[in-house]
Amino acid sequence: MLPTLGGRIQTRLVLLAVVGGLVTLIIGPLLSIPAPLSVVYQDTFVILAAVAVLGVGWELVYHFVMQWRWEKDWPTLFGLVTAIPEGLLVWLLLQAGAIPGISGTVPGAAFVIDFGLVWLAVWLVANGPMRVPFIRWRFHGGRLV
Amino acid sequence: MTDQPTGVARAAATPTQPETAQPETVQRGRPATGDAPAGAGAGPGAAAGSGDLTDDLLRSDQWTDEMLQAAGIPVMDVPLVSIGGGIGSFVTVDYLRIAGVAADRIAVLTNLDFAWQTYEYLTRVSQIPKPERIRSDSASRPDNIWGFPSYALAEAMSERTFAPLWQVLIEPIGADYYTPKAGRVFAGLERESKRIGWSQMLVKGQVRMVRKRQGGGYFVILTPMVGSTPTKRLAYRAEFVHLAVGYPGLRFLPELQEFRTAHQDFHHVVSAYEEHEHVYEAARTKHLVVMLRGGGIVASRVLARLMDDRAKHGLSTEIVHLFRTYITSSHGPNAWNRRKGAHGFAYQGFNYPKSVWGGQLKARMRRLEGEDRAAAYKLMGGTNTPYRRRWQAQMTEGREAGWYRTMAGTVEQMRLDQGKIVSVVKTQAGMVEVAADFVIDCTGLEADIAEHRVLADLLEHSGAGRNPVGRLDVERTFELRGAGSGPGVMYASGATTLGGYFPGVDTFLGLQVAAQEIADDLARRGFCRRIGTFRSIQQWLRWARNKQP
Repeated sequence: MLPTLGGRIQTRLVLLAVVGGLVTLIIGPLLSIPAPLSVVYQDTFVILAAVAVLGVGWELVYHFVMQWRWEKDWPTLFGLVTAIPEGLLVWLLLQAGAIPGISGTVPGAAFVIDFGLVWLAVWLVANGPMRVPFIRWRFHGGRLV
Repeated sequence: MTDQPTGVARAAATPTQPETAQPETVQRGRPATGDAPAGAGAGPGAAAGSGDLTDDLLRSDQWTDEMLQAAGIPVMDVPLVSIGGGIGSFVTVDYLRIAGVAADRIAVLTNLDFAWQTYEYLTRVSQIPKPERIRSDSASRPDNIWGFPSYALAEAMSERTFAPLWQVLIEPIGADYYTPKAGRVFAGLERESKRIGWSQMLVKGQVRMVRKRQGGGYFVILTPMVGSTPTKRLAYRAEFVHLAVGYPGLRFLPELQEFRTAHQDFHHVVSAYEEHEHVYEAARTKHLVVMLRGGGIVASRVLARLMDDRAKHGLSTEIVHLFRTYITSSHGPNAWNRRKGAHGFAYQGFNYPKSVWGGQLKARMRRLEGEDRAAAYKLMGGTNTPYRRRWQAQMTEGREAGWYRTMAGTVEQMRLDQGKIVSVVKTQAGMVEVAADFVIDCTGLEADIAEHRVLADLLEHSGAGRNPVGRLDVERTFELRGAGSGPGVMYASGATTLGGYFPGVDTFLGLQVAAQEIADDLARRGFCRRIGTFRSIQQWLRWARNKQP
């Protein structure tokens, strides 16, 4: 990807909301969380929102790191492996009870599946299909507006 | 993204190009039409009613319908004319067709039979035959405005392999940048060309000039193929004109040109952009010393061919590689503007830092004017080539075995000595003489835009001007500044607009960026619809099913 800072943030928020929301909706009933579905959805959507909110901060870091690249690009792999620090941070905050709105506990395996699938779907869409509905997106640094 | 010329059509580079035609510039067979030379203004005009350009027409900056009628030149009405007919025209017309413009509202005036003709010729002679890979990004598809599926995905699907996708995943750190095979690019262009009805819009001939029309719009004068029309000229009356005439020409290094002219030797001193297969053939029959000039992608390709042949056929070819600017290490003004380099080469994946095509650099360049823009071009410019692991291994082997030598300097003099071409090279260590059997010029110096007849006429008569690096001055929408004519607008894209608000103009993706800007500007002016989300999806589905737009 060839993002600008504004483009990064816009793309993250929109893709997490649309693609992430859809994936969360689909996988919710399949996750092994010992709680009613309404609680599962509450927890997974709160996690999704946390990824989005914390992500704005992460994007600032990525933008800063990108300045050391001559090409000022963000290789495809970077977009995938950044899932590790981002996922870890959300998990630690979850364990510390620092994410408001979570009911009960989210098991580690369920978190990995939920976070991993959402991340993978968002990453896949950003690396190709996104260009079909939004033909100006890739030439505008990932900005949608 | 590529630094192979995109072949935005110009007076075509034909394989049969006579080497002796133009001593000053490689003109690539621009047909002689008997007109006054470019920029000469009023040459001897034809008689009124003759169907040719009269004195009155040659002299006037603005023409009336009556002037054309008096000259006896037939006038065709087409709302939009694209001049060039190469990939620059193709990509723009593709956008417009997808935006819903009917084929009969567009005319493409060209001397090319198909849009990728010049590009195919140039890639072939500069050592990228169809099975080889060009220097272009996976998502830079001139046959697909969405860039999806990318070339890598298409290759993975058609060849049933994950390898291209894996390469895209780990590039550029774990592998070289993925680049598509030339043959795949041509096949895709052929498919899209049929889909959009390219041949229906094509009018063969040589464009002579564009002049403003009194009352708005333009007249484009075409010299059709001999015998195809009753008159020598045809005029196209259009509200919108798009110029994509490509490179005005290539220049040889002055000392090479002098040597060629003085010795009438077009065999031993060649340009990489012209047919030079005889060099590789000669290398198969005897021991040769070949001198390469230049440090860009074409030098790399020629070097790779020489090294490949050496390994494949067990040859003893020696290569002396002369760089004018010898890069020894990473270079740049500060830590966040440092490009890699070594052994003479500056390394970069594509011909500009990648983000000029959509990211941070594109956004930044769009805001710069005048000197600041020229300085930014200088910072990110300079000859460069991609770092490819296979080439690195071959060069290392050559350096260690002594058959590949690099040097830095400029050539002061060239002479013939016992059948060898001796270059006297001024280096930091003093003068050094290098004797070679062949010299291949890979520098790809480009001629001034005024050497192109249509552009010279525009600069003289239409109000078009030059940008900070001397090419055509265009707006952010690619409208040619100063050349507006009433409601009519002239646009330009491709190599002739280098130096504008968008740097990567002479590349596949750059042509698409320009096409999008042009199509959106035309939509604002009511010529076509703006492609929105729904239409984009609908049209992509049609593309995927190979249905007409």
